[in-house]
Amino acid sequence: MTIMQRLSRVDAINWNRLQDDKDLEVWNRLTSNFWLPEKVPLSNDIQSWNTLTQQEKQLTIRVFTGLTLLDTIQSSVGAPVLMEDARTPHEEAVYTNIAFMESVHARSYSSIFSTLCATRDVDDAFRWSEENPTLQLKSELILKRYRSDDPLMRKVASVFLESFLFYSGFYLPMYWSSHAKLTNTADLIRLIIRDEAVHGYYIGYKFQQALAEATPARQQEVKDYAYELLLELYDNEVRYTESLYDEVGLTEDVKKFLHYNANKALMNLGFEPLFPSSVTDVDPTIMAALSPSADENHDFFSGSGSSYVIGKAVATEDDDWAF
Amino acid sequence: MQTVNVEAGRAGALVYFSTKSGNTHRFVQKLGFSAQRLPINREDPTPRVEQPYILVTPTYGGGYTEGAVPGQVIRFLNDEHNRHLLRGVIAAGNTNFGEAYGLAGRIIAQKCQVPLLYRFELFGTDDDVANVRKGVEEFWKRLT
Repeated sequence: MTIMQRLSRVDAINWNRLQDDKDLEVWNRLTSNFWLPEKVPLSNDIQSWNTLTQQEKQLTIRVFTGLTLLDTIQSSVGAPVLMEDARTPHEEAVYTNIAFMESVHARSYSSIFSTLCATRDVDDAFRWSEENPTLQLKSELILKRYRSDDPLMRKVASVFLESFLFYSGFYLPMYWSSHAKLTNTADLIRLIIRDEAVHGYYIGYKFQQALAEATPARQQEVKDYAYELLLELYDNEVRYTESLYDEVGLTEDVKKFLHYNANKALMNLGFEPLFPSSVTDVDPTIMAALSPSADENHDFFSGSGSSYVIGKAVATEDDDWAF
Repeated sequence: MQTVNVEAGRAGALVYFSTKSGNTHRFVQKLGFSAQRLPINREDPTPRVEQPYILVTPTYGGGYTEGAVPGQVIRFLNDEHNRHLLRGVIAAGNTNFGEAYGLAGRIIAQKCQVPLLYRFELFGTDDDVANVRKGVEEFWKRLT
C-alpha cells in the first residue's frame, strides 16, 4: 500500500469480507488467548521467592526488567509501525491486539515485582536496564530497523524480537519452574510465551507474503540482511546472556535455548534454520517446564512403541470435534 | 467425489492439510513421498482416499481442544471410509503452546485409535525430515 493510499482515507472494517482468511484465523486465536495477570495467583510464590539467594533475586528481577523493555518496544513502536504497513484493515486490527497484549505483558512483570520484590531492588534493576550496554544495544538494533523506511526489514526485526530476543529471559522462569520454584510466575510467563508464538508466526507470514512479491534480487538482499541482523543480535545476545547467567553457571544451557529459538525465528520468516541440532539440544527439563503436565513421549518412531496413544474410538460427527 | 490415488501399503502414502502459510506443505515436500493435499477452501469437496495413509496436520487454536483440529481435516475424517484407512498421524505445532504442542495429532490419534507418530515445529528441521522419512518407511514395512 502506498503512502498516498494509506493517508487518503479510512474505510469501515468489514469482518465478513476478508481479503486474507489468515487475518480472521489469527484474530480468533489471539482473542481466545486473552488473559490478564490478575488471573494468576502470584502471591502464592512469596514463600518460594524468599528461598532465593540475594544474587538469584537480583538476576530474576533484571531478567524480567529486560523482558519488560522488549514488550514496551513492541507495544509502543513495533506494532504501530507494522500497522502502517498493513495491507488489509483486518491486518491492522490484528496489530492493535498485538500492541495491547504486549502492554499486558509489560504490565505483568510489574505485577510480579509488586507482589514479590522490594521496591528498592526493582528500582535498582530499572536503573541497571538503562545503563546495561548489551540490553541497550539490543534495543537500538531493533529500533533502527523500525525507524528505517524498509517495510520488509521492519517485519524481520519484529519477528526476531518476538521469536528470538525474549528467550534469554524466558529461560530463567522455566529453569525455576523445573526446580519447583516460582511456579505461579512460570504459569504467567507461559501465557506470554504462547502469545509470542502467535505474534511471530503471523508477522512472519505477512513478511513471506510481501517478500514473495519482490524481485529475486531484492529477495536475496532481504534474506542476506535478515541473516546478518540475526547474527548481530545473536552476538549481542550471547554477551547479554553471559553478563546475566555466568555467575549462576547457566550460560551454556541458555545459549542452546537461544539457538533453538533463533532457528524458529528464521523459520517464521520462511528461512532455513541456521544452528545445527548439536547446539540446539535444550535441557529436557526446560522443555518439560514449557509443558508442565505433559509426560508422554510423542516420537513413536524412536520410542519402543510405549507412546502409542490409544483412546476410546467413537464414530466422529462434526459436533463431536467441538468444531 | 474426488478420489485420491494412494497405493496400498506403499511407503510414504500421505494425506495432509496445510493453510496458506504453507509450513506443513513445505515439510511434506521435503519428505519426498507421494502425498495428497486436502483442499484449503472449505467450499471445495472433501476427497475420498482409496488406500491406507498417514495424515499430516497442523494444530490450530490457542491451546484448547476445541478448534485444535482444522475444520477441513475434521470434514475429511468424518467420512467413515477415510477414517477406516487412516494408519497414523503426524502433527505440526509449536512447543510454545506447552502441553498443547501438536494437540491436533493427539486428538485424532485418540478418536481414530491410531498412533501419533511424530510432532514437528513450523516446517520441520532437517533432523525432523530424516526422522520422519526413515520412520514412515519402517512403519509401512511393519504394517505390510
